[in-house]
Amino acid sequence: MFAFLENPKFRGGIHAEEHKAETCDKPIATDLPLPKRLYIPVQQHVGKPAEPIVKVGEHVLKGQLLAYSQGTISAPVHAPSSGVIFDVQDLPAPHPSALPIRTIVIETDGEEKWFKYAVPENPFELDAEEICLRVGGAGVVGLGGAVFPSAVKLNLGRKNQIHTLLINAGECEPYLTCDDLLMQERAVEIVGGIRLMLRGMNASKAIVGIEDNKPNAFKAMQAASAEFDQISVVQVPTRYPMGWDRQMLRYLTGNEIPADGRATDIGVVIHNVATAYAVYQAVCLSKPLISRVVTVSGGAVAKPQNVEVPIGTLMSEVLAFCGVENEKLARLIMGGPMMGEVLPHADVPVVKATSGILALSHEDIFEPEMKPCIRCSSCVTACPVGLLPLEMASRIKANKLDAAVDLGLKDCISCGSCSYVCPSNIPLVHYFKFASGELFSRQQREHKAEQTKRLADERTKRMERIKAEAEEDARRVMEARAARQAAEAKAQEETA
Amino acid sequence: MYVFSAIIILTLLGLALGLSLGVAAKYLKVESDPLVERVEALMPGSQCGQCGFPGCRPAAEAVVLGAAPVTLCPPGGSALVEQLAKLLGVDVDLSQTQDVEPMVARVSEDTCTGCTRCFKVCPTDAIVGAPKQIHAVIADSCIGCTKCVAVCPTECLQMHPIEVTLRDWRWHKPQLVAA
Repeated sequence: MFAFLENPKFRGGIHAEEHKAETCDKPIATDLPLPKRLYIPVQQHVGKPAEPIVKVGEHVLKGQLLAYSQGTISAPVHAPSSGVIFDVQDLPAPHPSALPIRTIVIETDGEEKWFKYAVPENPFELDAEEICLRVGGAGVVGLGGAVFPSAVKLNLGRKNQIHTLLINAGECEPYLTCDDLLMQERAVEIVGGIRLMLRGMNASKAIVGIEDNKPNAFKAMQAASAEFDQISVVQVPTRYPMGWDRQMLRYLTGNEIPADGRATDIGVVIHNVATAYAVYQAVCLSKPLISRVVTVSGGAVAKPQNVEVPIGTLMSEVLAFCGVENEKLARLIMGGPMMGEVLPHADVPVVKATSGILALSHEDIFEPEMKPCIRCSSCVTACPVGLLPLEMASRIKANKLDAAVDLGLKDCISCGSCSYVCPSNIPLVHYFKFASGELFSRQQREHKAEQTKRLADERTKRMERIKAEAEEDARRVMEARAARQAAEAKAQEETA
Repeated sequence: MYVFSAIIILTLLGLALGLSLGVAAKYLKVESDPLVERVEALMPGSQCGQCGFPGCRPAAEAVVLGAAPVTLCPPGGSALVEQLAKLLGVDVDLSQTQDVEPMVARVSEDTCTGCTRCFKVCPTDAIVGAPKQIHAVIADSCIGCTKCVAVCPTECLQMHPIEVTLRDWRWHKPQLVAA
């Protein structure tokens, strides 16, 4: 009712229990013992999987290329430590289904010997293209969770006349503090990364948006960027999903990205703050993306903290390092509790997308009984996109997916705000995920139907052609025989 | 006065239009039903015969005449049902229909004799092989029509559910609460 009194720059959203205090004032732990084996999936990004170029038994150095990127939207993967390639096989992926994914297994030798890459002398004077090449070659992907190859985004930015680079440091998900800590401890490197990104896109200014529940990170970032006029650090209110790129952009610039458009359409490119750090590492130090900061938290963890983890470390090892109490563990989540993925077990590797590993206890989770919708429209108020979750869910329940699409299903960002506020505990976002998946399957089926039609047509044509050819052959044989008989008859006549 | 003229004009207009429609219906009648063409275009077109009709065209005719339900085509699945229902203006309770699990044929290498019978009947050329060589099914092209299973002399062709991979894993539908 009082919607018009609320901040017009921010639509919907919720304020969940933060649970950030457990980890936000502890330094990033860098003393995780090196695992005996590292499991590196060849696909840790959006796009085509990388193609392995190493053989079983080959010795690799830390940072060496293991699999190269294929196609325009893809990213390479590198060895997180030195060792011997033990195997390349299909192993469970960090995914709710834990279905197998092609994985390179390295048996580490503990020497941590780096592969020598040339380090540029003046990284801040490199060409824009050179920066993009280095970022792409280092396998940097968006570390906010979307894991979209960063070089593709930088290139896109250069082609599209970008005026603003927005650095998303919202980190609005409860529990997660990995970006917070990274800004507190490594602000100088992050600012370096932002400068490189600006150069890589020929953009003039950058805005860093930080939620106001991270005062230390804000101070550190402000201090680090003080001498660079082109970078401004701004505080934004703490409200989930502030870290949704469109929400952040709307809040900071007042511009809204069109429903079926991209940020580049209005001259903005959005990158995550951890990505800026990875860009700095990639360009200035020639270090590929082989480790990341991961928040390990939740009621079942004795020592919740942020840990710098080599990519490919099994989550079970990271959890053991932080003292997980297995009898308390009720649910395991990769990412944040709102949008993260539930994992069936912890024997899956940490990948580039792993911002957090949450081991939640029975007290943390709430498994309510679903009741009928009372049409209170709380979900409508909470939806940051401005959709009608209750209406969409009722359509999907009746399998009328097209009707749900008409109501804007494709604009749903699965932020979970609607499910969070629903007093009847309806798993609204689950309905939308189901429907989106179903729509995608349907698209695939339609594609297959087209293929089938084409194949069937071709077969019919071929059959007709074969039949016609056979008839033609038969006709020719008959004619030849007739001609021969005629000739024989003629010859007989002549002899007679 | 205006009221009467309006009534008269509209009545005349109605009569005239009705008459012209009646005449058009009689003299401009289309021989083949264009609806059949449209229904046929929606169907998979592989003439697999799983619906019980000899091909997609007869099936489309039956659907248009109402002799067969819109749910007749197993390879089309619920997407086709929805499209057909929309086109024909039929109400279908989609929550009751359940997609049959899609199956594809697979050759068991142990028993295949390379007799070539199966790939001769495959409507989409999804089976490859040569005489006395073990045949193989291209799962992406198989439509699950089971024609090959029927002709295989050694029963080495069997239908199997499609294996789920990371690429096509989907969230299931939320379960409704009982009562």
